[in-house]
Amino acid sequence: MTVAQSKIQNLKSNIPQFSLPWGITIGYLTIMLLLPITALLLQASQVGLTDFLRIATSPVALSAYNVTFLTALFAAAVNGGFGLLIAWVLVRYDFPLKRLVDAAIDLPFALPTAVAGLTLANIYAENGWIGSLLAPLGIKIAFTRFGVFVAMLFISLPFIVRALQPVLQEMEHDIEEAAWSLGASQFQTFWLVILPPLFPALLTGIALGFSRAVGEYGSIVIVSSNIAFKDLIASVLIFQRLEQYDYAGATVIGTVLLVISLLMLLAINLLQAWGKRYQ
Amino acid sequence: MTKKLLIISAIIYSALVLFIPAVNVFYQAFKGGIGEFFGYLRTDDFISAAGLTLLIALIVVPINAVFGLCAAWVLARNRFPGRAFVMSILDIPFSVSPVVAGLMMVLLYGQNGWFGGILSAINFKVIFAFPGMVLATAFVTMPFVAREVIPVLEEIGSSQEEAASTLGASQWRTFWRVTLPNIRWGLLYGLILTNARAMGEFGAISVVSGNIIRKTQTLPLFVEQAYKQYETETAFAAAVLLACLGFVTLVLKEILERKTTVNSQQ
Repeated sequence: MTVAQSKIQNLKSNIPQFSLPWGITIGYLTIMLLLPITALLLQASQVGLTDFLRIATSPVALSAYNVTFLTALFAAAVNGGFGLLIAWVLVRYDFPLKRLVDAAIDLPFALPTAVAGLTLANIYAENGWIGSLLAPLGIKIAFTRFGVFVAMLFISLPFIVRALQPVLQEMEHDIEEAAWSLGASQFQTFWLVILPPLFPALLTGIALGFSRAVGEYGSIVIVSSNIAFKDLIASVLIFQRLEQYDYAGATVIGTVLLVISLLMLLAINLLQAWGKRYQ
Repeated sequence: MTKKLLIISAIIYSALVLFIPAVNVFYQAFKGGIGEFFGYLRTDDFISAAGLTLLIALIVVPINAVFGLCAAWVLARNRFPGRAFVMSILDIPFSVSPVVAGLMMVLLYGQNGWFGGILSAINFKVIFAFPGMVLATAFVTMPFVAREVIPVLEEIGSSQEEAASTLGASQWRTFWRVTLPNIRWGLLYGLILTNARAMGEFGAISVVSGNIIRKTQTLPLFVEQAYKQYETETAFAAAVLLACLGFVTLVLKEILERKTTVNSQQ
């Protein structure tokens, strides 16, 4: 092949390369993603600032944010502890059925949320397997805010375990042994030697789990009683507003949730960038 | 001693949160016997819900596969200003509540939405009808394929593709003969995740479907409706099918992960 021919070949291969996949990507992203988001934001801007603030900070909405964000934060934090425990056990120890436990961690990714809600509501109800053990103690889980909490535990767990496992795998055994042989207690070894290098991954996992728990709908709508000021989450409030044809109300609360999701995405990107510097 | 204690607490916690709920789905569905189980699944409502779920997945998975492949190629093989921005907006469908996704579709295609006038003029119903359900499902499953294919494309590099095109292979030929075989496991994994989410999607579909029995009711909506009407056995019978979909997804994921680690070790 002459130089001229190969140049033409290169030109030929460069021009169509730039067209079809680019066109599909840009077109699809615009129509399917940017257009819907723009519609939501523009619709929200048409509500007017005073009305927007009035709806966004109405008592029902504030209570729904409280149930959604505080419960999600608690669930992500509790899973931060137990997720670390599970990741540690899976990476460091051998025990029967370890492979099964490891594979089952992804269950919340794969199990449809309606099924998760159905079975959680069933087990944690007053006559369910676990609920009936707790009922004599006066603890109700299903159809209360605890139910929301349990559903959020379920869906956020894999994010924390999967964020920690690779970092734990790469960690050297030597540093713990060094700390231990220098006379550090088990607690000191954990707190001062093991935890600091895990911290960025742990925070990333908690942030991912929190963000997922805030966005969860399917399992929570089934496991909670969806009563305002009690266990109503923001997503269900949007749904109820739509059912009442209150589009302004749905749009305002939807916009609040969208903006918070975008901020969480930004925070997670920053956390991941921070974590990479420590690797 | 500490070790045993740690293992036991990890197992107890995962049992409370994951195992017992998963086992319970099967126990509740089969406690009346296999015959009764199939009895619940023989109703017209169930069959039409299962059919609709399959049909939506059949439409959404190929569309998002084509988009995902294109987006993965654009993002992995090109450096352009705004690339990081596109990478992060691609994650929006994962992080935003599915109800908000459904709401966006209503604001665009609903009766009072942006395109509501045009759509009702040509008598084409999107919201509370099949097209809206496809749109909502496509939105929430949009990133899976691209997310799985981008790292594979980045890892294999572009030298093989360049070699193929210098040797005179056309774009299509390079794609079919060089790129696709290299990314096949990542692509397959992305497709499996897209399919699992498409069949299991609840929130977004619930907003746009109107949940009309035998018309716009999918399997997850069928499960919720049966549960709300205190037909718990029916709900669990349908839930078993969705749970099996989840388990098959997990098993395939394990197999594919082993395949990709073997490939990268070679």
